[in-house]
Amino acid sequence: MSLLVFVEDPEDDLSRQALTFSRALGEELHAVLIGAPAAIDGLASYGASVAHMATGLDAYAPAAWAQAIVELIGRLAPSAVVGPGTDRGNEVLAHVAAKTDRPMAANCVSLTPGDPASLVRVRWGGSLLEETLLHGSPALLTVAPHAVAAETVASPAGLVIEEFVPQVSDADLVARASERAGALSAGVSLADADVVVSGGRGVGSAEGFGVIEELAELLGGAVGCSRAVTSAGWRPHTDQVGQTGTKISPEIYIACGISGATQHMAGCRGAKKLLAINPDGEASIFANADYAVIGDLHEVVPAISTEIRKARSQ
Amino acid sequence: MNILVCVKRVPLTGGKIVLTEDERAISTRHLGFTISPHEECGAEEAVRLIDAHGGSSTVLTLGPPEAEEQLRDMMAIGIDRAVHLITDGGEWDPQATAAAIVEAIRAEAEPYDLILFGNESADAGNYQVAIRVAHALGLPCVTGVKGLGVDGPSVRCEQEVADGRDVYVVPIPAVVTVKEGLNLPRYPSVPGRLRAKRKPVAASTPARPEPRLEMVRLMLPPGSSKQAEVLGRGPEAAPAVVGVLRELGLL
Repeated sequence: MSLLVFVEDPEDDLSRQALTFSRALGEELHAVLIGAPAAIDGLASYGASVAHMATGLDAYAPAAWAQAIVELIGRLAPSAVVGPGTDRGNEVLAHVAAKTDRPMAANCVSLTPGDPASLVRVRWGGSLLEETLLHGSPALLTVAPHAVAAETVASPAGLVIEEFVPQVSDADLVARASERAGALSAGVSLADADVVVSGGRGVGSAEGFGVIEELAELLGGAVGCSRAVTSAGWRPHTDQVGQTGTKISPEIYIACGISGATQHMAGCRGAKKLLAINPDGEASIFANADYAVIGDLHEVVPAISTEIRKARSQ
Repeated sequence: MNILVCVKRVPLTGGKIVLTEDERAISTRHLGFTISPHEECGAEEAVRLIDAHGGSSTVLTLGPPEAEEQLRDMMAIGIDRAVHLITDGGEWDPQATAAAIVEAIRAEAEPYDLILFGNESADAGNYQVAIRVAHALGLPCVTGVKGLGVDGPSVRCEQEVADGRDVYVVPIPAVVTVKEGLNLPRYPSVPGRLRAKRKPVAASTPARPEPRLEMVRLMLPPGSSKQAEVLGRGPEAAPAVVGVLRELGLL
């Protein structure tokens, strides 16, 4: 038996995680790539023995990309088709599932093959896990980001490259990314920032973010906020950290006046350290924090900024 | 225009999730309910599009009898009518959910020009119901949309990607899934709530097929609780905070 992995981008860590996850199942690993991505040689290092290159598709068209995978399922009869838990990974696999009328499981952290296959997948943006049975073969699934670390094999074998032109219909090409526009936000990107200073409902107003902005600027970081803040219209949604906002992974996350709802925690689980500032010592954010300051952010945050200036002037 | 927006009733989870004894659901004894955040933006967008272009908006949910609360909430912000596919509250897998929605859409007197979903539900996060509905109806589907404009016979959709926005222009009728940030949803007004009480809800009770993605049980992730080091109380904690920042090499 073989296992087919949709490699969205051979140089992206999440695609490499999907290959690493799949390799552990011990079957011959086939990769499918759409378009002509560079650096496919590296795929062998992640355990792929065959790379199927679908050509003739330029712009991203999810239904057409899925059609390429549907053709390979017919040819290879793999035991499972695995994709990365990215926007496109989930979207393309969902189209494969819809086209073939099979069940599909998004964002899995483990797979025990069989029919039914037994899976563990994430719910609530990672706040909860679900054990689930997937009835039907091949199993269609995506791998939750960072469920496994991408690892290379000790001695990579040769990689066979096979090109093919999938037979896509006009209907498959109706929804396609036909043009690229500029980003909506500028400044230090929240997703990539080393320091994120966030404010929650406790900030109290749009103007109240002045002290948050000041501390973020002193640390060369980005300003974030909770969903309560964007719903109140105090900050734009581009600042929102959370399950339905931006997922961040800074060296330190400074959460000010944020209670720690699961919606918010789903966005900052990637932070290496979390410092929470909250007047309520029982706030649930403290159960997820490395460091705690119990107090009013309007007093604590300016004091930290003053202390940083003092430390720098010495 | 005739617009449908599909929503899902989910608990307002707060800070700590507690499971029911049979581990198949979240204990909601002390929780309120809402819809998935992305879907709030879908409903808001439907109201704005009808305001701008004329026509009618409908909200649909597949859920327990109590989900009528969420349908009324959406009608209170301006949605015209509702379709309620009533369940016993048990889990429906994505294939069964999509099939029931497709059947309900086919049963409507007027076809829809635009069918809106949230990009994924807040609870299950299966990322597929809208795509399955689109395939069953033979319609194009664009996902994760944060900018939407109807221009004559087509809809222009903008999707955030790593280095900008991808633009899709598809003919209507179409299925579009939206993400939070598309707009800032309004809160229901008191007159809106009163009007919503009189708006029609078409209810039916579809039969649930055997699940093919069969939830067995829910589990809390391991090690999800830490013991925070208390650096102090009030502004006096500032030197200790700066000490931590220095230790982490961030000063």
